[in-house]
Amino acid sequence: MTATDLGEARLRELRQLAIENRRLILRAIHRAKAGHLGGPLSCTDMLIALYFEVLRIDPTRPRWEERDRFVLSKGHSSIALYAAMALRGYLPIDELFTFDAIDSRLQGHPDMTALPGLDMSTGSLGQGLSPGVGMALGARFLGKDFRTWVMVGDGDAQEGQIWEAAMVASRYDLDNLTAILDLNGLQQVGWPTEAGYTARARRPPLDQPRERWEAFGWQVLECDGHEIGAFIGACEEARRIRGRPGVIIAHTVKGKGISFMEGEHVWHAKPITDEELAIGLAELDAQEATLAEAVPG
Amino acid sequence: MSGPAAVVYRTGESYAQRDVFGQTLLELVEEDPRVVVLDGDLANSTRSEIVAKARPDRFFMMGIAEQNMAGVAAGMATLGLIPWCVSFACFIANRDLDQLRVVVAQPRLNVKLAGGYSGLLTGKSGKTHQDVSDIATLRAMPNMIVIAPADAVEVAAAMRAANAHDGPVYVRLTRDASPTIFGPDYRFEIGRAVIVREGNDVTIISTGVQTIRALEAADLLAAEGIGAHVLHVPTVKPLDTDAVAAAAQRTGRVVTAEDHTIIGGLGAAVAETLGELAPTPMRRVGIRDTFGESAPNDELLEKYGLTPRHVAEAAKEVLRAGDQERGAASRGRP
Repeated sequence: MTATDLGEARLRELRQLAIENRRLILRAIHRAKAGHLGGPLSCTDMLIALYFEVLRIDPTRPRWEERDRFVLSKGHSSIALYAAMALRGYLPIDELFTFDAIDSRLQGHPDMTALPGLDMSTGSLGQGLSPGVGMALGARFLGKDFRTWVMVGDGDAQEGQIWEAAMVASRYDLDNLTAILDLNGLQQVGWPTEAGYTARARRPPLDQPRERWEAFGWQVLECDGHEIGAFIGACEEARRIRGRPGVIIAHTVKGKGISFMEGEHVWHAKPITDEELAIGLAELDAQEATLAEAVPG
Repeated sequence: MSGPAAVVYRTGESYAQRDVFGQTLLELVEEDPRVVVLDGDLANSTRSEIVAKARPDRFFMMGIAEQNMAGVAAGMATLGLIPWCVSFACFIANRDLDQLRVVVAQPRLNVKLAGGYSGLLTGKSGKTHQDVSDIATLRAMPNMIVIAPADAVEVAAAMRAANAHDGPVYVRLTRDASPTIFGPDYRFEIGRAVIVREGNDVTIISTGVQTIRALEAADLLAAEGIGAHVLHVPTVKPLDTDAVAAAAQRTGRVVTAEDHTIIGGLGAAVAETLGELAPTPMRRVGIRDTFGESAPNDELLEKYGLTPRHVAEAAKEVLRAGDQERGAASRGRP
């Protein structure tokens, strides 16, 4: 499937949903006075694409046995996932504003025991791909045809366990497993460039991502993780891979959609002030207006 | 599916726990279609190779990558399978500790952990492979059940109970042969301690294979006219606190015995319990805040103070000191 197959109207709806997802992220983090922003904003377009087009799911049956599985290995981007799930109907939108509050189902990092629809608890980095391998291996063992999708961060993939999982996935030729690498190019602190830590720039978390995954026996696809149509196309292509696992390397921008957060590692996790919230929401309103103007005829 | 008849282990005969483990694992695979086995490239040592050879369709080689193995098990458990992760205790309880915490214990997934080669007696492999703190580590983890069976009969029974329990269970196993103390009618229950010898002078509370040495210590004490009451505690968590308190109150003197550090293990669990429920003079026999080394089994037991003689000496010491300590304890009460 390509953007053309999907239809421009549907793509516009998805882009509109992504804008709404960003709005909810900003408002929820503002309300919680804590949480992550950069990572949630970098993976938002992909989560909307996954939850509205790609995944075989039914929000009314979060424990449906035949559903596709989704694991957010970069668990600190939980608010983006909760927002996408809320928009898709898994939980009330208002519940997003309980994020991080006592007794909330929306824990700082995803807790599968708290919220139906979460297929794995994550948050300690590097741990999400392994359960995905278990789900894919288990699906094959049980003769089930669902697909398992795991979103990995580039910082997340500094953990050695990701590469243990990558090794085992290709040993078992798990073509029912797709990893999505949110290559946003930043981590919480990161390594300095030659200019040192005072400059904005940082060395990317992961050198040579394509070569790494290929060396581990994975088929590599690449796309712009903010171009929803291209990303959906890559997901469809990933479904067609046979005989080995596939990874979509999605090139993204940390903090995407909010000008003062884009590419700024300090927005990895930082509360947002009233003023910053107002600026951010205004920017999203402007993006929405531009999207509406683009409607032909 | 009807599998092979369960093997019967004869009382008094010696069996290696790992052999019983491999055989019982195969029985579970044959009896329960949900059971799958994940192994960290130690199948010939742990004996999970018995499953690998008989039922390769149910055996998943995970390579030398224990962290991933724990995560794969968690993922499989979400599908209703019952994965048994097999490795050495030192790797289960250390190498993948954060994985067990985050994707097994926190979501309380139905994963079984089999830690072979626990304690000091690891076939001369030394301190890297001797886990003397796995009970402490995993006992401290919420949602984790910790079982250390004593003999062949109990290994088989504990594995069946672990498999029937919905949630994470760690089964602590040993490498070498030891005698069978339980009869064929023994009934294991998670969380239940069992009196293996009655006596009225001093109580020995022990876990795992160390219970066999505790019984030998009781023989040594009996030769000196001292009646030892021996309570075997296969489930260190959840601890059978009623049985521990009752056993302590029966004699008023307690010795704990374990092939494990005295910090955080059975001795600590008993001390915590008695401190609250029934303060009793006690001594802890175990490894004293040190790592092990590679050496023959008997020399290790001697050097690190785990022989029946060490247990008996601790019993006599607490008997000598007991009256004084009990007096001090009662004077401290309001």
